[in-house]
Amino acid sequence: MALTSNRVDVPVIVDESKCLDKCKACIEVCPLDVLAKNPDTGKAYMKYDECWFCLPCEKECPVGAITVQIPFLLR
Amino acid sequence: MEIINLEVDFLVVGGGTAGCMAAVKAKQKSPDSSVLVLEKANIRRSGAIAMGMDGVNTAVIPGNSTPEQYVREITIANDGILDQSAVHKTGLLGFDVIQELEEWGVKFQKDNEGKYDLKQVHRVGKYVLPMPEGKDLKKILSRQVKRNKIKVINRVMATRVLTQNGRAIGITGLDVRSGDMYVIKSKAILLCTGACGRLGLPASGYLYGTYENPTNAGDGYSMAYQAGAKLSNIECFQINPLIKDYNGPACAYVASPFGAYTANASGNRFISCDYWSGQMMLEVWRELNSGQGPVHLKMYHLDESTISEIETILFDNERPSRERFHAGRGENYRRDGVEMNISEIGLCSGHSASGVQVDEFMRTSIPGLYAAGDMANVPHNYMIGAFVSGRVAAEHAMDYIKDIDHGDVDSDFINTEKERLLAPLNNPNGIPHTQVEYKLRRFVNDYLQPPKSPKNMKIGLEKFIDYKNVIDELGARDPHELMRCMEIHFIRDCAEMAAKASLYRTESRWGLYHYRLDFPNRNDEEWMCNTIIKKSLDNNEMTIFKEDLKPYLFDVNLNEEKYDVSVA
Repeated sequence: MALTSNRVDVPVIVDESKCLDKCKACIEVCPLDVLAKNPDTGKAYMKYDECWFCLPCEKECPVGAITVQIPFLLR
Repeated sequence: MEIINLEVDFLVVGGGTAGCMAAVKAKQKSPDSSVLVLEKANIRRSGAIAMGMDGVNTAVIPGNSTPEQYVREITIANDGILDQSAVHKTGLLGFDVIQELEEWGVKFQKDNEGKYDLKQVHRVGKYVLPMPEGKDLKKILSRQVKRNKIKVINRVMATRVLTQNGRAIGITGLDVRSGDMYVIKSKAILLCTGACGRLGLPASGYLYGTYENPTNAGDGYSMAYQAGAKLSNIECFQINPLIKDYNGPACAYVASPFGAYTANASGNRFISCDYWSGQMMLEVWRELNSGQGPVHLKMYHLDESTISEIETILFDNERPSRERFHAGRGENYRRDGVEMNISEIGLCSGHSASGVQVDEFMRTSIPGLYAAGDMANVPHNYMIGAFVSGRVAAEHAMDYIKDIDHGDVDSDFINTEKERLLAPLNNPNGIPHTQVEYKLRRFVNDYLQPPKSPKNMKIGLEKFIDYKNVIDELGARDPHELMRCMEIHFIRDCAEMAAKASLYRTESRWGLYHYRLDFPNRNDEEWMCNTIIKKSLDNNEMTIFKEDLKPYLFDVNLNEEKYDVSVA
């Protein structure tokens, strides 16, 4: 089957200048397990567009690198 | 795919409200027993109260109400269909739970004299106890689990219950990060995996824009069914009046004691009480269909300090992102009502009354298998009911396991399950889970959203059965996608049960939750009973039949006491 990739406006925005390479706080706490580290940069990013906009990632980030937007379809 | 084998005395599947309490109570009762909490997310922030809770809806506090009064009110609110002995437990033990939570650091609202500051939101009686500082509830619970040295495995999703000669002996699970398979033997198993919150498709079209935490995909409903347990009254859907698009609660529970209320487009009241019930939802549906919509939560008539106080609670708790949702739309409670809508359907006994059938000890119909929290059919049980049912199940289970040995795992069953788990991974270019789930849940909307029509439901039932073939086409490229694929199995099972049960009960009951256009009236003569869904172990077919209600503990005259919340 042919697959295509679509561009998606994602809810979880990571400020890479603040995100700590060795920290996984947001990844560990996400109920939907949608966050991961970009192996090239060591920074967190939203790997899967499956967000409940519940905010643990933002609240538990020790350096305030994360902003959660309401997903576009609901905004 | 590695297979990891474990053996414990008591296994708690799902580390949410019920699960954390159950694990602590099991360990306290039997410190030498091995207790394991299996959690598909991380117990620090998982389940229905991941971001806390702003209040308790079922607080039976001595001096304010009695367990008997509470049972009577729920009996009337649920149109008579319940096992009173299970609901009674919530009334009897809820106060104990509240006191214990206080010892753990949870704060409940008190008045100037230091008494619990209960509010009336139900039709009769004060059962709502605010928790304006309830945002860290889940962190407090997970700390107790840690303090009691209970083993927790995060990021493993249970997929099937293992049985031997009709007894539950363990589970299989999937590590959603490594893709490894778990086979865990346990003398008793508690399923407390929450609601089926991903059944209908939200009007926004966003798969995860649900009212319930979308991790809760009906896992326990499906696993209990597949193991041969009875489920009851699945036709009694969960449908809520929610903030339009955002799909979180508008929280009239919080705001109405301050003077807010649910209003129609003219700003007038049309329901006499803000407690969620099918009857209330039917009034909302009628209002929307009479040209008086949209309905909204009205606060704009209140003074500044009151609105600020309400905002402090609502923007800090349960669904805190609602603040930025409103900000993004330029909405302000001082000027604008909170526009509400009728939600898509789900299954959740915490709010309505459908789930795995349990008795007053939270035993399912399968020995060794317990259920608690939103997925156990104890009507209108909410958070306190989840705590109580978790505790009751654990305490009973720790007695049950005393004279029980571990069962023997059937290796054929494990191999079949391993194949089921591997199928999407072996088909990485198969249809993505997002598309398969979207279409399934759109069919749920199309054919099951009340009011219910017989032909629609029949088409739906056929489509859900046929959808097994679509599921076979699923493709997954990593363990995370595989988790979502396996959740679609859970959702499909729940959809089939919802259609089957809704067709079977040929009457209307529970307001909008089971409003049939072809049988618009309640028919107590034929339907004052449970409907039971069970998998036939002979041919694996879904069977449905009637079962008598258990005798009431407290007489309630349901002909005289009708649950009516309309405003004349």
